[in-house]
Amino acid sequence: MKGINKILGIGGLLLFVWLATWVFSDLLTEHQWSFLTAYNQENLLKRIALFGIIGIGVAFVIITGGIDLSIGSVICLVGVGFPWLLMEKDWPLALALPTVLLVAAGIGLIHGLLITKLKLQPFVVTLCGLLIYRGVSRGFTGDQTQGFQNSFQGLKVLATGKIPLTASFGLPMPVVFLLVVALASAFFLNQTVYGRHLKALGNNEEAARFSGIHTDRMIISAYVICSSLAGLGGLLFVLDVNSAQPVDFGNFYELYAIAAAVLGGCSLRGGEGTILGVIIGTAVMRVLNNSINLIDWISKNIELAVIGSVILAGVIVDELAKRMIAKRRSKMDKE
Amino acid sequence: MEKNKLKAAPFLQVKGVGKSFPGVRALDEVDLELHQGEVLAVIGENGAGKSTLMKILAGVQPPDQGEILIAGERVAEVSVDAALEQGVVLIHQELNLASNLTVGANIFLGREPGRWGVIDAKKIRSESRKFLKRIGLDVDPDKLVGDMPIGQQQMVEIAKALSVDARVLIMDEPTSSLSQTETENLFAVIKELRSQGVGIIYISHRLGEVKELADRVTVLRDGENAGELSKQEIEHDAMVKLMVGREVAQLYERTQGELGEVALSVKGLRTQAHPEHDLSFELRAGEIIGVAGLVGAGRTEMVEALFGVHPPLAGEIRVQGGAPLELNSPRDAIAAGMALVPEDRKSQGLILDMSVRENMSLASLSRDKKAGGILNQKAEIRISQTMIDQMRIKTPDDEQVVRFLSGGNQQKVVVGKWLAMQPKVLLLDEPTRGIDIGAKQEIYALMEELAGKGVAVLFVSSEMEEILGVADRVLVMHEGEISGELAKSQLDEEAVMHLATKVAV
Repeated sequence: MKGINKILGIGGLLLFVWLATWVFSDLLTEHQWSFLTAYNQENLLKRIALFGIIGIGVAFVIITGGIDLSIGSVICLVGVGFPWLLMEKDWPLALALPTVLLVAAGIGLIHGLLITKLKLQPFVVTLCGLLIYRGVSRGFTGDQTQGFQNSFQGLKVLATGKIPLTASFGLPMPVVFLLVVALASAFFLNQTVYGRHLKALGNNEEAARFSGIHTDRMIISAYVICSSLAGLGGLLFVLDVNSAQPVDFGNFYELYAIAAAVLGGCSLRGGEGTILGVIIGTAVMRVLNNSINLIDWISKNIELAVIGSVILAGVIVDELAKRMIAKRRSKMDKE
Repeated sequence: MEKNKLKAAPFLQVKGVGKSFPGVRALDEVDLELHQGEVLAVIGENGAGKSTLMKILAGVQPPDQGEILIAGERVAEVSVDAALEQGVVLIHQELNLASNLTVGANIFLGREPGRWGVIDAKKIRSESRKFLKRIGLDVDPDKLVGDMPIGQQQMVEIAKALSVDARVLIMDEPTSSLSQTETENLFAVIKELRSQGVGIIYISHRLGEVKELADRVTVLRDGENAGELSKQEIEHDAMVKLMVGREVAQLYERTQGELGEVALSVKGLRTQAHPEHDLSFELRAGEIIGVAGLVGAGRTEMVEALFGVHPPLAGEIRVQGGAPLELNSPRDAIAAGMALVPEDRKSQGLILDMSVRENMSLASLSRDKKAGGILNQKAEIRISQTMIDQMRIKTPDDEQVVRFLSGGNQQKVVVGKWLAMQPKVLLLDEPTRGIDIGAKQEIYALMEELAGKGVAVLFVSSEMEEILGVADRVLVMHEGEISGELAKSQLDEEAVMHLATKVAV
């Protein structure tokens, strides 16, 4: 019940932002339509899918009550490492692809072990990760841009291709990836014992442990999933844009992912969050980004300020709504 | 001289104070008097109302009725500020110091001398020295509190109290974490303060200390005055008698069933909290053992060690004569057929924001899962429905969030979670804390029913009626060791209290 209200709320926000962008960018301007075009909407969907994948990843960690700040740097490591292995080191694709994905998963494993076994704080561990993987990426590439040039056209279709639905509009391939990841994640969270355990320990780790749940193992899995999805995201991002600069590829992406998860109803206290909410949260952020680019009278320079304000407004409304419900409830109890 | 002092009007008077909490009458028409330059010990069993009374005196909670007089004047408004203003200071059992700040900073915390927000460090130092000197504590005011042993930290609390010109000092179990020497130092300070005219209310379970220190003893029992002892009358037996001497309203009377094989055998268990003591006992199928003792006797530590929450340091623990168990986590204990209804229902027993059904199935989820770890929702619903019916849990449906159930129904959910696992050994830690009488009796009936089905039950309780009415056999603990065992035939309150307050050898 509670979850549905949240989804409706954030879904309403998405609809509002989408319509507002349409009105201000298309209807109220003299020049040609730019927002509601097949090209723009396809692009928008693709960006939603790419950011949605990493948002789902971080949602797993946030549900345990943790945080992952290293996502952007993992995206960079994979994003520059993958073309570097293929183009500079001439590794075969069949070796390079599993290698980068395993490295990403391994990073999550290390985070999880440090957090559960050494009891380090997630913020600290992943903050160090953010610095380390960025530095390593710039190191082994000599800070040089890495890309595929004109090779691997077939592979790039994974990110740039689309499944035509009408004559002019097609579903971008990353959306397929997002759907697969989202369905699998939602299934994991809602239909398996492990998902239930994850939510339980996010709510109350001690009670979960007292109930015989393998809390450490579950937390480690969450970090592995998060880094793996960041790795997948890194692959698709670099395939989409064809090349990546170690200095800023994926910069800030962890914050976009966390913001989307929070906007979508994840509580940083843990235990709360839905996959659908995260995807809608991501969509709100991408539409906002799109609208700032398209609407003339909003300076592109203030993009971050706009996004920040919308998220803040979202959580304030959420908190106020929660209080109102609690108040009404206690009134009912008294009567 | 002594006589004259006592004849003077008491400095602090409590008249007919009452206080209720939902479902509990914590204090009923309680009177208390304290003179200046007197050490008054307030004693009573767990839950007798000592802490509530002290909280009222310190202004933490207002009383529902009655009045408090200080120096003959009625205290108009009960608040912490007003209490401090009057010089009434409570030193909690757990010290309230900022361990990252210096001694001086702690003494003046919240009342830092200085101007425009700039602290006058010099003044703090010199003033602190004055108060530290008064209690004979020779430490540098610039020393970090966190770097000091616990006994000295307590002295800092006392210095802090003196700095607000305390005329009444309330100390709640001040020696519970002190060493022998530290305790002696504390006593010397208390005696010194007494001679300086400070009135001291001393709350302790340690009757030996009370005998040494107190000028007078007030005994509380079930939230009422149970009696008073003058200096000459303070004897161990007299105190115990007043603490327990009531007509026991029998809450429950268990009829013992047949005993089976040994279900749990514990040999030489050493817990992390009390590694110096060996704990050994046996528990048989169909038997209900009660574990009695005062707060801090190591009872919770024992059951938590058995359940693998804090793995035991040593000991041979077997369930139904099987191989000795490696208890490194609750999982190990659960796998061996044990279950624990923990002491703190809200933080250890339940996921408050999850539904009744989700809580009920939490332990059995893994056992019942389908291939690939998929939830067995049918089993989940069956378990929660069965338990709700069987235990008569009052909830609109099993999707209700547990937070909104009453304490008794919450506790039934915790018990139900474990019944779904069909344990061989059921450990319960304060199973009826904070729940109403009706729910208590239902929990007792449940324990008895389980014992009847051959489950071995061990429960920790601070409630005497529970220990007397429900247990077939009682282990009494005192400062980390099992100080005695009482069979049903030997069981009475005085016997239990004697073992629980065993005067230190």
